Amino acid sequence: MHDFTRRTFVKGTAAAAMLSTSALFDWAKAWAQSSPWKPEAGAKLNLMRWRRFVEAEDAAFMKMVAAFKAATGVEISVVSESYDDIQPKASVVANTGQGLDMVWGLYSLPHLFPAKCLDVTDVADYLGKKYGGWAQSGELYGKSGNKWICIPIATTGGLMNYRVSSMQKAGFKEFPKDTAGFLELVKALKKNNTPAGFALGHASGDANTWLHWALWSHGGNLVDKNDKVIINSPETAKSLEFVKALYENFIPGTASWNDSSNNKIFVSGDLHLTSNGISVYVTAQKENKAVAEDMNHAYMPIGPVGKPTELHLAFPILTFNFTKAPNACKAFTAFMLEAENFNPWVESAQGYLSHFLNAYDKNPVWTSDPKRTPYRDVSKRTLTPAGLGTLGEKAASAIADFIVVDMFANYATGREDIKGAMAAAERQAKRIYR
Amino acid sequence: MVDVTDKTMARRAPRKIEVSAWSQLKSNRTWLGYWFMLPALAILALFLAYPLGLGVWLSFTDTKIGRGGGWIGLENYEWLQGDSTFWLSVLNTLLYTIVASVIKFAAGLYLALLLDKHIPFKALVRAAVLIPFIVPTVLSAIAFWWIYDSQFSILSWSLKKMGLITANIDFLGDPWNARWSTIFANIWRGVPFVAITLLAGLQTVSPSLYEAATLDGATPWQRFRHITYPLLTPIIAVVMTFSVLFTFTDFQLIWAMTRGGPVNATHLMATLSYQRGIIAGQLGEGAAIATAMIPFLLGAIMISWFGLQRRKWQQGSDND
Repeated sequence: MHDFTRRTFVKGTAAAAMLSTSALFDWAKAWAQSSPWKPEAGAKLNLMRWRRFVEAEDAAFMKMVAAFKAATGVEISVVSESYDDIQPKASVVANTGQGLDMVWGLYSLPHLFPAKCLDVTDVADYLGKKYGGWAQSGELYGKSGNKWICIPIATTGGLMNYRVSSMQKAGFKEFPKDTAGFLELVKALKKNNTPAGFALGHASGDANTWLHWALWSHGGNLVDKNDKVIINSPETAKSLEFVKALYENFIPGTASWNDSSNNKIFVSGDLHLTSNGISVYVTAQKENKAVAEDMNHAYMPIGPVGKPTELHLAFPILTFNFTKAPNACKAFTAFMLEAENFNPWVESAQGYLSHFLNAYDKNPVWTSDPKRTPYRDVSKRTLTPAGLGTLGEKAASAIADFIVVDMFANYATGREDIKGAMAAAERQAKRIYR
Repeated sequence: MVDVTDKTMARRAPRKIEVSAWSQLKSNRTWLGYWFMLPALAILALFLAYPLGLGVWLSFTDTKIGRGGGWIGLENYEWLQGDSTFWLSVLNTLLYTIVASVIKFAAGLYLALLLDKHIPFKALVRAAVLIPFIVPTVLSAIAFWWIYDSQFSILSWSLKKMGLITANIDFLGDPWNARWSTIFANIWRGVPFVAITLLAGLQTVSPSLYEAATLDGATPWQRFRHITYPLLTPIIAVVMTFSVLFTFTDFQLIWAMTRGGPVNATHLMATLSYQRGIIAGQLGEGAAIATAMIPFLLGAIMISWFGLQRRKWQQGSDND
C-alpha cells in the first residue's frame, strides 16, 4: 500500500511553499500516478464543506480541487454551507443515501452516523506514517472502534486573545497560567475600564469552547466514561461560581453575543480580552493595526484539575460508504494532506487551520509570526466535545443543543440559582443520553 | 315484431348503462364540480395536509435527523410539560404576539386614517409606508441587530451625545430589554401591512355616508365610531387574523437578531422548535413543539372569526 516513492517532509515543505500553479499541476500528475488509490473512471464527486472564514483559504482549497482534476480527471463539485447547516444536511444525505460523496464538517459529525462512513483506515495509516503520526485528539476524532471513519483535516483553535498593554497596566507581566490568576486579571481589567468579554449566547464556536473549558478545568463533566450524566456535581458548582464571578466583570452584553460579536468589538479597540480563533488578529492586521500590534494569544489557563482542558473546533472530512467512487474520495483526502498541498493551504489560512499530523509543526506559518505560535498546538491540546464520554450522536446532540452554555448563562445572569441551573442541564442531558 | 322489440331493447339497454355510469360522472353538474376541485385538492393534500400530518405524526415518535424513530406516544409532550424553557417560549410567544398585534393594529389604523386624508404627494407617501414590509426580513433584522448592538448602537450613541445616558443600553443582553427590542422590530415591520390593507378598506366606504352624517351634525369621533369602524370590521377581522398568525409564527427576526437569547428570553415556539428539531437533531421533540402551536393558532382564528365577523355581510341575515 505504501510502496510508492515517499518524499521526506522537509523536501516536501521546501518544494511546496513556492509551487506555482503549473508546477502544482505537474506535481499532482506525478502524485496521481504513484498514488495507491486509483480513481474510478469518469468519477464525479459532490463535496460539501463549511463556509470559509478566510478568503485566501478558500482560494487555496479550490486550487487544490483544480489540481486534483488536472491530475486524475475527477471533477469535484464543491458546495459551501454555514456551520449550522452542515450537520442537518449531511444527516439527511446519510439517511437517504444520495446527494453527496464527501462532507468536510465540524466537531463530531461523522460519529452521528458511523455506519454510513467509508472505512478510511488505509488513508489514515498512510498519512500517519508519512507525516510523523497523528495527534492524540486526531485518533479520537477519526476512529470509531478500531477503524477510522473520517480523516481529521484541521482544527481551529479558541484561545485567549488579549491586549498586551492593558494586561500590563492591570499588573500582569505575562498572561496568567491558572484560573485564579485569570479571574484576578479580568477583575483588574474591569477596574481599569479595559474590560474582558466572553460569549454567553448561543455562539456554536466561541461559547461552547470557552465554557466547556471552564467546566472541565474545575473537574465538572456532562457525562462520565460510561456516558452516565454527572453534571450535577460540586465540581460543576465551582465552575458555575467561577464563570459568574467572571461575568460580573465582563463588558455588558455578553449574554447576547454570537460568534462574531467579540471579533468586531475587539478589533474596534473596546474589548481587551476574549477567547477566539486567530480571525480577530487576522482582521485587526487589516483594519486596526494598532490593536494587532498590541495584542497577543495565550493558552487557556489551567484550573484546579491541574492539566489543560481545552476544547477547539475540529474539521473532519468523511466519505459516505454509498459513494460510487470510493477510491477517488480516498485519493482526494490523501491529496489534501500531502505537504505540497497542505503547507501552502495552511499558510493561506494564516493560522486559522491547525494540523493534526505532527510533522506539520514545522510549517513556518507558526513561527514567522510568534503571535501565531500558540495556535500551532491546539490539535494536541484539544479534548473532544464528548469530554470523558463516547464521541457519538448523543455527544453531538448535547453540544448542538447548548446544554452546557445555557447552564452557565442561566446561573451567571441570575435567571436560575446554582441548583436550578444544574438540574435543568441534568434533565436535558439525561433525555439525550437515555 | 318480437324480434324487433328484443333488438330495440337490446340496443337500448347498454346505452342506458353507459349513460348512468361514466357519462353521468362526466356530465353531471355535481360531479363536474368535484372534478374541477381535484387539482386544488391534490395541491392542498400534497403541500399542506401531508406536511401537517407528518409533523403531527413525528411529534409522537423519537425520530432524529438522519434516522427514523419509533412510536413513543405522548412522551415528547410529557417531557415538554416539565421543561421550563418550553414554557418560557410559550409565554414569550404570547407576550410577543399580543403586544405586537395590539400596537400594530392601533398604529396601522391611525396611519391608514391619516393616509386616507388629502395630503400632498399622496401616492408617494403611501408607497413609502410600505417599505418596511418590502425589505427582506433578514435584512431588516440585521439592521436592527446593529441598531441594538451592545457597543455600536446608534441609539446608545445618540443618547450619550445628547447627555441623556452615560453607559450604553444593553438592548439584547438583558432579558426584558431584548423582549421589548424584538417586539419593537416586529411592530416596525408589521405596521405597513395593517395600514395599507385598512386603507384599502377605507376607500370602499362611500363618501355619501360621511356627508349625510356631517349634515346630521355628527362629530368626527361619531363618524368614525358609527360609520368607519362598523364598515371596516370585516377587513379588520381578516387583517388581524393574518397579523396574529404572522406574529405568532415569526422566526426570521428572532433567529437573525438573538437566536432566542439571552438565556432563552426571546425564544419563541417557532425558534425553539427549530433549535431542538433541526440544530440539535431531535426531530420528534421539535415537531412536538411545532404541533403545540396549533391549538393557539386555531384559537386565534376562532376569536377573530366569531368575535369580529358576525356581520350581516357574512351571514346574510339580521344577526349582528
